[in-house]
Amino acid sequence: MKRDFLRGVRQALPIVLGYIPVGFAYGVLAQKSGLGLMNAVAMSVIVFAGSAQLIGAGLFGAGAGPLALIATTFVVNLRHLLMSAALAPKLRGWKKWQIAFFGYELTDETFALHTMRMAKEHPPMAETFGVNVTAQFSWIVGSLAGYLAGGQIADVRPVGLDYALPAMFIALLVPQIVKPVYLMMAVLACVISVSLSLLGFSQSHVIAATVIASTVGLGVEQWMNRSSS
Amino acid sequence: MDESLVFLTIVGMGLVTYLPRLLPMLLLSGRNLAPWISRWLAFVPVTVLSALLAPGLVCNDGKLDLGFDNLFLIAALPTFLVAWRFKSFFGTVATGMGVVALARYFL
Repeated sequence: MKRDFLRGVRQALPIVLGYIPVGFAYGVLAQKSGLGLMNAVAMSVIVFAGSAQLIGAGLFGAGAGPLALIATTFVVNLRHLLMSAALAPKLRGWKKWQIAFFGYELTDETFALHTMRMAKEHPPMAETFGVNVTAQFSWIVGSLAGYLAGGQIADVRPVGLDYALPAMFIALLVPQIVKPVYLMMAVLACVISVSLSLLGFSQSHVIAATVIASTVGLGVEQWMNRSSS
Repeated sequence: MDESLVFLTIVGMGLVTYLPRLLPMLLLSGRNLAPWISRWLAFVPVTVLSALLAPGLVCNDGKLDLGFDNLFLIAALPTFLVAWRFKSFFGTVATGMGVVALARYFL
């Protein structure tokens, strides 16, 4: 079990490479927004969601109220609904508390890693939790380091660190494109997401693009199956 | 806002984040999904990651930027290449960050 857990820790290392700098950027921003140390770190423990925390820290700094913050966070993080549903079939036989713990640490990155890990087999549960706990731990460490360094740093975007998130998305996306129709829908999702984002839907563009492209993809797949049979 | 109200707000943010993460897997984990739902959900990893990635690469201050001076877009090329050719997760993340750092240093 300990060996499985450690294997999970190792599998999470690429996420750690991305989470330390992004968490650091969040920590710097939180410090500059006037959040207290305890609350800045509490957000990484309680919310644990990269883009939502960056937006949230910005909103706190701008003096937004509790309702605006909670509503914005809800919209930004609603996409996890789809990820949670997509992983559900892989969790057959899990106890409720195990699902409750697993879901708590479901992020874009852990989701993508788990879909790959669980695609063919059922990896040991200790390994799965090893991935999640390591990911969140590195996120908290990054946040704390960023907060403590915040006073010394003028630019929130140190060399290359702001590219951690796009690089992580590319690393997680490419291995999942295993069928031509997935490539087509990846392109479609990009186009829709960018279009909506440019039109000003800067918080709901991700979930809208995901739903539309997945639905079109299902239709294309059905149509291809029918015309080939 | 005082610190305790900030904390309560963070708890609220955590709650509205946790429920969408938890409820689908809690409610669906033991069930057999209709085949078309499973196939629809199988598209989600690819489409959601694409939707998350693309605006960061091509949008700049709310405008489309497809020029050669868009560092994030140009850096995506070697990053994609490494991801596709070497299938190394760690190598891909390191390449992306490294290219951006080097470009900023030398250009």
